[in-house]
Amino acid sequence: MRAEHPDREGRWAWRLTGVITVCVYVFMFAPILATVVLSFNASMFGGFPLTGFSLRWYEKLLTNEPVLDAFRTSMWIALVTAAVTTLLGIMAALALVRFEFRGKQAINTLVILPALVPETILGVGLLVMIKAIDQPRSMTLLVLGHILLTLPYVVLIVQARMVGIKRSYEEAALSLGAPRVSTFREITLPLLVPAVLASVLLAFTISFDNTSASLFWRPAGVETMPTQILSMLKISISPEVNALGTVMILLTVGIPLAGGLILQSLSWFKASK
Amino acid sequence: MAARTHKLVGRVVTKGWKLYDQRLAWVLVAPVLLLLTLLLLLPIAMMTVYTFFTFVTAGVESAVLTFDNWKEFLTDSYYHGFLWKTVRVGAITAVICAILGYFPAYFIWATTFKHKWLLLLLLIVPFWISFTIRTFSWIHILGEQGLINVVLIRLGVINEPLPMLYTEGAVIMGLLHFLLPYMILNVYVSLESIDRTLIAAARSMGCTSAQAFREVTLPLSMPGLGAGLLLCFVLAAGSYVTPQLLGGSRDALFGNLIYDTIMGQLNWPMGATLSIVLFVLLGAAAAGYSRYMGLSQIMKGLSA
Repeated sequence: MRAEHPDREGRWAWRLTGVITVCVYVFMFAPILATVVLSFNASMFGGFPLTGFSLRWYEKLLTNEPVLDAFRTSMWIALVTAAVTTLLGIMAALALVRFEFRGKQAINTLVILPALVPETILGVGLLVMIKAIDQPRSMTLLVLGHILLTLPYVVLIVQARMVGIKRSYEEAALSLGAPRVSTFREITLPLLVPAVLASVLLAFTISFDNTSASLFWRPAGVETMPTQILSMLKISISPEVNALGTVMILLTVGIPLAGGLILQSLSWFKASK
Repeated sequence: MAARTHKLVGRVVTKGWKLYDQRLAWVLVAPVLLLLTLLLLLPIAMMTVYTFFTFVTAGVESAVLTFDNWKEFLTDSYYHGFLWKTVRVGAITAVICAILGYFPAYFIWATTFKHKWLLLLLLIVPFWISFTIRTFSWIHILGEQGLINVVLIRLGVINEPLPMLYTEGAVIMGLLHFLLPYMILNVYVSLESIDRTLIAAARSMGCTSAQAFREVTLPLSMPGLGAGLLLCFVLAAGSYVTPQLLGGSRDALFGNLIYDTIMGQLNWPMGATLSIVLFVLLGAAAAGYSRYMGLSQIMKGLSA
């Protein structure tokens, strides 16, 4: 809603705002679009100019064993991370929203910290830690690290939703004699479903996408999807990297969008019943 | 009434545990607390200890305590150069983000466009796209084979491709690309919380729209702008991938220095020292900010 009677100055300012907004959106998406377009380019080199349409880089991708390996590795790590972080996050958010206890404020801040500390520092920290206890880098370390990285976001999302769920629903169930666990299962959890789904998706994408910290933590010889892309880029920007990037974009943008649409149609379906 | 229900509920569930028993809260929060202690607090404490260890040779250090690492950091201008460049790049990025990000945030807030959610969704979409991919895609715009050079050469404006990639400008461009959504969402969240009647009131009292913006809207959106500035600065100054992909060897930032010191030279004590320096620097920025604004604004921004 703009001011009801914009003056001349106001109208110009508004036009300028609109123009800059369009420019910012173009800035945000032009490079990504270039990558997608170039992935279909027939040229041997990864850059412009366009020489013709071809799908051969996608074919090549399907037989690229290191890439497929990295994909599988990242999938597993992201799945485990999403499951564990969501579980831990729900528990912590439950305690932080529903209960009053000493040190609550400190814990609240502590939980956010991994999102604010640069990944390089988190990366070095865990390495110093396992060096001190004389352990090699392992997949467990990598997954634990990813849980640490995703935890703040999950706790924030679940907390935000939990605040909106009235205590009286839970209290009503409890007062009617329901045990705590079934109260949580029957009352709280169903109301939390949107936050749980959002958490799983976000934790999954953050983990799948993590680069800097994973460079520190990955065991020798293991590549995750982003570190694999980085090492492919070391040589030169090949059309194959563009194809890989496009596939990843389709996956990571397509899955949440589809999820959101399904949720929306589900709630529409429920409402129409 | 509420108190009575409480009592009633309390009586039913007790069995030794109160309804909102502190012990239960600790049980729920324990795993997260354990995780954060083991993976965040303890490592930072150990890194601090490591800064006083003696470097023997690549990958080997002894627990003989020394101030050598700190002396080296404080006296060697090699490190000061990195520190200064990191702060400068972080600050430039944050300020440009604030200027460029305010307009879209204001536009989305003020527009009468029916499908506003679409504009917001488009700001979230980049978060889903792999950061590495978003970063390397700039090579297609700025590189020798990039869009700008290829078009300019075709048009005959230039004969030689412009050296735009592998410069500090390219690094800042990549960081802007990564951080703008954070800034826009932060500003938007704080604009959303402004009571719009205040602006209408200012206008009806004879303010020009510029005055109303300067005196009402801008000050009230400051918390979001501040949170955005801090977030952009911290994330830019801590970046590793962007300078690695888009910068030349002279455009490395502190994160790259830490990575090379640890993974390349295997000098763990020095790597730990540099990590603690970066941690303290960014921590100071965050602490200074939270003294004036409080951290709650950041949380709003992160969960938006």
